[in-house]
Amino acid sequence: MIGILLPSLVDGLLLGFVYGLAAMGLSLIWGVMNVINLSHGPIIAMGMFGVYLLFSQIGMNPYLALIVVALAGLLAGVLIYAVAVHRVINAPHLSTLLATFSVNMILIGVGTAIFTVTPYNVDFSLGSVSLGPLQLLGTRLAAAVIACLVTGLLYLFLARTRQGKHIRAVANNRVAAELMGIPSARALALSFGLGTMLAAIAGGLIATFFPFTVLSGGGYELRSFVIVVLGGLGNPLGALFGGLILGTLEGVIPVFMETTWVPVLEFVLFVLLILLRPSGLLARRV
Amino acid sequence: MRRVSSSVLALLMMFALVLGACAPAPTVAPETQPEEPAPAPEEEQPAEEQPAEQAIELTETSLLLGYTASLTGSQNVSSSRQDNGLQLWIDHLNAMDGFQVGNEMVTFDTVSYDDESSSERVQELYTRLATEDNADFLISPYSSGLTAASSVIAEQYGKVMITTGAASDSTYKLGYTGVYQTYTPASSYLTGALDLLQHVDSAVTRVAFVHENDQFSTDVVTAAKDYAETLGYEVVLFEGYDSGTTDFGSFINKIEAAQPDALLGGGHFQDGSTFARQLYEKQIDLAFVTLLVAPPEPDFAELGEAAAGIIGPSQWEPLAQFTEESAAEAGLEWFGPSGEEFVADYIAKYDEEPSYHSAGGYAAGLILQKAIMDAGSYDPEAVKAALDAMDILTFYGRIKFDTSPEAHGLQIGHSMVYIQWQDIDDLHKEVVWPLEGMTADTVYPIP
Repeated sequence: MIGILLPSLVDGLLLGFVYGLAAMGLSLIWGVMNVINLSHGPIIAMGMFGVYLLFSQIGMNPYLALIVVALAGLLAGVLIYAVAVHRVINAPHLSTLLATFSVNMILIGVGTAIFTVTPYNVDFSLGSVSLGPLQLLGTRLAAAVIACLVTGLLYLFLARTRQGKHIRAVANNRVAAELMGIPSARALALSFGLGTMLAAIAGGLIATFFPFTVLSGGGYELRSFVIVVLGGLGNPLGALFGGLILGTLEGVIPVFMETTWVPVLEFVLFVLLILLRPSGLLARRV
Repeated sequence: MRRVSSSVLALLMMFALVLGACAPAPTVAPETQPEEPAPAPEEEQPAEEQPAEQAIELTETSLLLGYTASLTGSQNVSSSRQDNGLQLWIDHLNAMDGFQVGNEMVTFDTVSYDDESSSERVQELYTRLATEDNADFLISPYSSGLTAASSVIAEQYGKVMITTGAASDSTYKLGYTGVYQTYTPASSYLTGALDLLQHVDSAVTRVAFVHENDQFSTDVVTAAKDYAETLGYEVVLFEGYDSGTTDFGSFINKIEAAQPDALLGGGHFQDGSTFARQLYEKQIDLAFVTLLVAPPEPDFAELGEAAAGIIGPSQWEPLAQFTEESAAEAGLEWFGPSGEEFVADYIAKYDEEPSYHSAGGYAAGLILQKAIMDAGSYDPEAVKAALDAMDILTFYGRIKFDTSPEAHGLQIGHSMVYIQWQDIDDLHKEVVWPLEGMTADTVYPIP
């Protein structure tokens, strides 16, 4: 049993880092502005297609392409915030939900028109590494390392830079932050941009090892909701922790039962957490 | 109150307009309605070649052939090739101005839609084909699941449908009377692979089955598992994965733990090629791997080294040798073009080698054409009777249908061949089974 449990656990953990990165974007946006971003899924898919296009059209290394995708994700987030979210930021939650859902539908519609729902694949391999009984895929190892790196950089940005401190101040008390002269609109736009940037990077990383379609982001968006609740609403580091838990579950559950049961157990866990610990395992704001 | 009524009316009109705008547009609109056959132009009348007393004035009749293709979605690759094959048959038919049925020269117009690889869309669209487009005959979509969805509609509206790209047995065991299968049934799909395994290494005892959890793949592996057990193999793993699975890590870990000598399974092109790629990346020690559907596709070669050694069952291969001579030897009637003609015309039109999906699409058209010719009529009942009596050899292989009430329309004449991708430096397909059709020895174990 250990012979199958250990590789499954490690595979799940490696995948969990990327899940956590994707969920971190959702968590950051919720933590700063109390907005549930329903355009999260298509943005993950945009990240996948960004890496795919740069790799297949101009032959750019997928990991270099991630830098371009990250910048594009940041700009797209700021744009989405300015166009769809800013005017309804103080309205009831339903307004922001509908606004981001509209963006979701627009992105899926445009994506389907351009790429159809046909699967695509980034044909790139980093080989594999043997560690005793473990056979670790290079692309998954690289994805886990990059996810940790991005998490570290985000933490440094929020803790050490003026813009990061502005975001944290706005997240704690927007009115007080504005009274202290902090431009809250800019901080909110930057937060939304950072959230979409994280989603796009996660999408780009996933594209290096799994095939994808325009609709693939939906599954990762659903997982992100579970992870955000698991890790604690509004806590980006908690999201990474939640991602690791979910990835581990996805790796280990199939050892004991058919994979069809994985989503069943994931969402049972989701309901139990909402009932027993609605603030999540690591509830803390940005 | 009047203002409210006007608003409601305006809203309803807008809704109707939106619905109208959302309605799918056929990719090819029929130019001629079958109910109103156009009179044949005088210059096409062959009267001068006939004795005066037997002069027949041929009229032109255009029948409408309806079908859907998965231009988008997970079945896109195989379905597009099937559509290409069918279109080539239409081209050939048009090039010879149709075929004669009584006093009529019959040609086909087509009406087709993109089913987006979705069963729900297939049911909507085949209902539309049967009721609004009034298609005379139907061709199935690609894949067993989509074909099962379309078969219900075809039977409900009394349309004769030739299925292709659909190997599942279960569709033909539901009592349908107008649905006829072109492919070798799923129950015979992998049995030859087990015979091949026994042929190349009689010492092998442990086999694993990992398959897509859809109707077709489940039918295939269930039959293959039973067959494996009758051959004395120990089935050390038998597990399904959901359609659309992209991460095979957990299955590969289970395969590694179960330590089989051979792996059989897969499902369709996308999951099969992803599975093969991840098996290669994880460097799993398997001597023999046979996957459904994906390996015979020319695009499978894009996997490079990951494709080498993988075996796949194929309904047809360009190397297959079905000829007029072999028909005569078997005492069968030959019908349609030779394999060489089909391959050459296909390459000329699409600039790629045809896969068995392409050949299946073409063969479905040929079967319908032959049935109408034999029936001497395009009345559905007469065509069904001709299909029931059919036993022919084409470039695609033998065609004969089960006529028992238990499995009416099931293909019982056609048989599979097995290909293997060989030679990493010059990756290419070889037919490795059956022995009488093989073009190279099986590379065993996988390098």
